[in-house]
Amino acid sequence: MPDGTIAAHDEHHGRHHPALQHHFQDLDQQHEASTLGMWLFLVTEVMFFGGLILAYTLYRIWYPVAWALGSEELNIYMGGFNTIVLIGSSLTMALAVRSAQTGAQRATVGWLVLTIALGLTFLVVKFFEYKEKFETGHVPGPNFHFLRGGVESPESPHVQIFFSLYFALTGVHALHMIIGVGLMSVIATMAYRKRFSPEWYTPVELGGLYWHFVDIVWIFLFPLLYLVDRSHHIV
Amino acid sequence: METMVVEKPVTYINHAHTVSSWLLTKDHKRIGILYLIVVSTAFALGGIFATLIRMELTTPAGDLLSADVYNRMFTMHGVTMVFFVLVPAVPAVLGNFVMPLMIGARDVAFPRLNLLSWYVFTVGFLFTIASMVLGGVDTGWTFYTPYSSQGSESNVLITGIGVFITGFSSILTGLNFMVTIHRMRAPGMTWFRLPLFIWALYSTSLVMVLGTPVIAITLLMLVLERGLHLGIFDPRLGGDPVLFQHLFWFYSHPAVYIMILPPMGVISEVIACFSRKNVFGYSFVAFSSLAIAVFGFLVWAHHLFVAGISPYSALIFSFLSFAVAIPSAVKTFNWTATLYKGAIWWKTPMMFVFGFLGLFLVGGLTGVFLASLGLDIHLTDTYFVVAHFHYIMVGGAIMGYFAGLHYWWPKMTGRMYNDTLGKLAALLIFVGFNLTFGPQFILGYLGMPRRYHVYPPEFQVLNVLSSAGASILAVGYVLPALYFLYSLKFGAPAGANPWKATGLEWTTQSPPLPENFLTTPIVTEGAYHYSKREIKVA
Repeated sequence: MPDGTIAAHDEHHGRHHPALQHHFQDLDQQHEASTLGMWLFLVTEVMFFGGLILAYTLYRIWYPVAWALGSEELNIYMGGFNTIVLIGSSLTMALAVRSAQTGAQRATVGWLVLTIALGLTFLVVKFFEYKEKFETGHVPGPNFHFLRGGVESPESPHVQIFFSLYFALTGVHALHMIIGVGLMSVIATMAYRKRFSPEWYTPVELGGLYWHFVDIVWIFLFPLLYLVDRSHHIV
Repeated sequence: METMVVEKPVTYINHAHTVSSWLLTKDHKRIGILYLIVVSTAFALGGIFATLIRMELTTPAGDLLSADVYNRMFTMHGVTMVFFVLVPAVPAVLGNFVMPLMIGARDVAFPRLNLLSWYVFTVGFLFTIASMVLGGVDTGWTFYTPYSSQGSESNVLITGIGVFITGFSSILTGLNFMVTIHRMRAPGMTWFRLPLFIWALYSTSLVMVLGTPVIAITLLMLVLERGLHLGIFDPRLGGDPVLFQHLFWFYSHPAVYIMILPPMGVISEVIACFSRKNVFGYSFVAFSSLAIAVFGFLVWAHHLFVAGISPYSALIFSFLSFAVAIPSAVKTFNWTATLYKGAIWWKTPMMFVFGFLGLFLVGGLTGVFLASLGLDIHLTDTYFVVAHFHYIMVGGAIMGYFAGLHYWWPKMTGRMYNDTLGKLAALLIFVGFNLTFGPQFILGYLGMPRRYHVYPPEFQVLNVLSSAGASILAVGYVLPALYFLYSLKFGAPAGANPWKATGLEWTTQSPPLPENFLTTPIVTEGAYHYSKREIKVA
């Protein structure tokens, strides 16, 4: 045995917090590990969306006209409404974290439920937006059509790339929203069962980080997809 | 058995025996063993494909495999070996097992996530196996578009999904390791007291966390493109197939460092122990790992020198590719300096280290050849490239993996394997490897292209040499499987520290306790404190 290895005493802590997992020394270490893990996860998410946004950037530089035409087809009212909904949900999420921090347990549940409701609102609106695209033939694939004045536009293949990226980006984002709503439901249930206290509310905080991240992605997606050429400089 | 009751110490192996105690374990050591089983299976499978390739290439005519079957063989060899052997071998098998022990932790930061990573990995592997059962893939492991998105009639979708899924195992493992190294170190285990293997794992995790999501989204785009024909990678519809190559290599070049950095960490551990000397220039070796991880992200386009990228960007990528050789050279020089005036102890792990040093040197230097623009045009898509990356990935990474496996096997199992057979295996692998891939440098330089099942008759002698070498190599790889399995039952008990090594993992019993240490260790000195004057116990 090297001289440096002396016994450390785990035992003197006595009572452990019920949420403390046995491989951690104390709640602080557990909290710091979980938080760092969540931030790193968000870094991987940035890289994940980054690949798609790279493709978006390249093709937008190559096909500015198609981008302007495609973007024009998106429903700016629905998109704008959803943007407000998501920003609102970030506020309710932040308030949920704050309530958990101060030990206001009923308020925590309330804000979390409101956050879930706003998330679901977003998804419902998104569903109707997608439905519209299916009806107008703007879904990439064998049935894609992009008509200008009744005939297939020469820009049609490039607009199809725009819509491919639109569906990939918003689809992956919507998937994150669905996962987020599921996550929030679990956390809200935990909050309802009074599992959180000012001493330990890590899941609310980490859920909040995730939720804000998904919101921020939308804050980027909305102008990138909906606001390409609304003032008609290009077409 | 005598009637005397021998009290056996509780270990992570014998404290529970049911199948579910393994399949639902959250113990990093057991998860490491689970990875070992899947990775070894994949290695055997990839080896079978390689055998078929070398058998076909003993004659110039395509007499054993048709062109189509041959394409599927080298593709599945590549996919299996890259994604299911090289990427997970050292981090997921050895890293999982020894990393928490080395930093004095009870487990990784997220044990459940660790188990999930193994399941995700295994499901990805099963998808890939399914694609093989259904007839395999023929695109090459690089899945280049537009062939993969429209031309190929093989199972690109299933394989793509399999690799996509496996990627998440890599991401989660990298994340878990980074958090563990940041937050789970024992009291007193400062960054500069960490073993160099930990620095290597940390750098690798950085690459896994930053790179793997990009290959995931790229494969997702490929799957969508192939399934729905969106045009993202189809030049007829305005898409750009070269974009796929950029995105693919943005991950897949750094992935080379995922494969080689952890074995480099193993080399640092083993070389110090068996030279009875502390690693020369600890902080240089530590930071060179980080430097490789960072530089590794800036060289991907050297795979695209012939794909029509701008000559200016090619120039810069060529320069950066030269630059990445510097931290690798720093490591190699420091290892050599560690040997200098050391008391070298000729045991099996050290034999693999010597093999690594020789082969990695050749692989690294031929990489410098390929980084030079002019020469690369001549050598692209020839056997020279095949030989180069096998020297790095097999000669480097697999040698390092074997060095680590032979070094930590007594810790993992509590048993010693036969050292003479181990040395024989190291020798066979070294000789067989050089005979297999040495001639391929010449073949490539003479212009033999890769990925063809036929070749002009004048190349036959070198190809026969290569295939002969491959048979020796195969014996060298089967041998450890045999003596390792034999040692499980009949090996001599290893004791806590058979190599008289320093480092926390050797202070606990072998096999370790389920909770690693009886009490959390408190660290007061660096990982290496070797002295030549110590008495060696053979």
